Amino acid sequence: MNKDQVFRMHLPAAKEDLSALRAGMRVLLSGVLYTARDAAHLRLIAALEKGEVLPINLDGQAIYYVGPTPAQDGQPIGACGPTTSYRMDPMTPKLLEKGLKVMIGKGERTEEVIAAMKAHGAVYLAATGGAGALLSSRVKKRTPVAYADLGAEAITQLEVEDFPVVVVIDTQGNSAYEIERQKYRRK
Amino acid sequence: MRTIHVSNIVSAVKEMCIEANYYLPLDVKARMRTMKEVEESPLAISLLEELIENAEIAERDHIPMCQDTGMGVFFVELGQGVSIEGGLLTDAINEGVRQGYREGFLRASVVQDPLRRVNTQDNTPAVIHYELVKGYHLVIHFAPKGFGSENMSVSRMLRPADGVEGVVQFVLEAVEMAGSNPCPPIVLGIGIGGTLEKAAIVAKKSLLRPIGEGHADPFYAALEARILEEVNALGIGPQGLGGRTTALAVHIDTFPTHIAGLPVVVNINCHAARHVTRAL
Repeated sequence: MNKDQVFRMHLPAAKEDLSALRAGMRVLLSGVLYTARDAAHLRLIAALEKGEVLPINLDGQAIYYVGPTPAQDGQPIGACGPTTSYRMDPMTPKLLEKGLKVMIGKGERTEEVIAAMKAHGAVYLAATGGAGALLSSRVKKRTPVAYADLGAEAITQLEVEDFPVVVVIDTQGNSAYEIERQKYRRK
Repeated sequence: MRTIHVSNIVSAVKEMCIEANYYLPLDVKARMRTMKEVEESPLAISLLEELIENAEIAERDHIPMCQDTGMGVFFVELGQGVSIEGGLLTDAINEGVRQGYREGFLRASVVQDPLRRVNTQDNTPAVIHYELVKGYHLVIHFAPKGFGSENMSVSRMLRPADGVEGVVQFVLEAVEMAGSNPCPPIVLGIGIGGTLEKAAIVAKKSLLRPIGEGHADPFYAALEARILEEVNALGIGPQGLGGRTTALAVHIDTFPTHIAGLPVVVNINCHAARHVTRAL
């Protein structure tokens, strides 16, 4: 596939779509994903440690690290750009074990996360940090799912259409941050 | 003596909170457009286009440009000929933040205690820096600060012998370490001198300076240009996905310091370099 072409992917993602993604590719996502950031991750991990059933079945699903602004009248969601992913790193391998396949955020991940992604065939995508208004216009519907008391940090389901992302880490563990930066480094 | 009633301050601050979060300043937009013209990476160009479109959507739809609508940071210049009437200035500013963040559908991102972490639900309190100045005006500068970039900011007490080269190396290290996390293209506020906290305050304040307005002292204007060039040679690019546009601008501010010291603070701002000023 030509890396400069935009790839369209439906969520939840088909296995063959996931393995076709390569670090550095532009992708437009349509379908369903779940929002969860710091506080929701802590609760998911606490539930797993207690042996409880998670409020969402993560198998094959996508999680978006986001804490949106409050929705205005008639809108499904407010500004909703990604938050920095590294804060979720310590909790991520356990969610990958539960079948999580797609993570959307921004910024580097640890070696542990990348190793777990390779083991489970998962991908890490970056939405554009700070493009909260643009990304908001690509969300069609938002449905509460769990932990409503967390406010902006609650788990909700989003239906998105042509939601723009870049593949940062593919199923083989290649990182666009490393590859693309080397091309433009002058020192 | 001129009197200003707190109710005027509350309404000004409320409007500033909303304006800063909906409208990306012209200087920032203009710099993004010029840097897009010289950018070499196709991916970087598409990301810069996305950011420009984002600013246009935010303006048109009256929605915050970024979901991290920040912790409120204020620099207040209070003329010594001004008397504040009807209450405390600090309370008035915080009331303006409370109303602005609620009415503008901005995110409440402040916790009351740094370790016990309960959200105050109204984005107060703000961080307010006061300066007493000559005259009969109250000038309020507001810069909501997102923490993706604030978390990547660093300080170091250099030795006087480290000099200019030490400062440049420290800044490059900070930008390299930050990588994609602070949402590049970034604006760098560099505070040099003073004490530990003074260096941080002047670094933060330098972020208020309009992009394109270099330091008044040619020595520091040249240093800003040199650091900008070296930072943009790192290849980090927009969102850390490679390219020439790692920083939109470098702003240096200084303060006299001790014979034994060279404090340096690098305060990183994201591309949503929001700043508004109102004079009352």
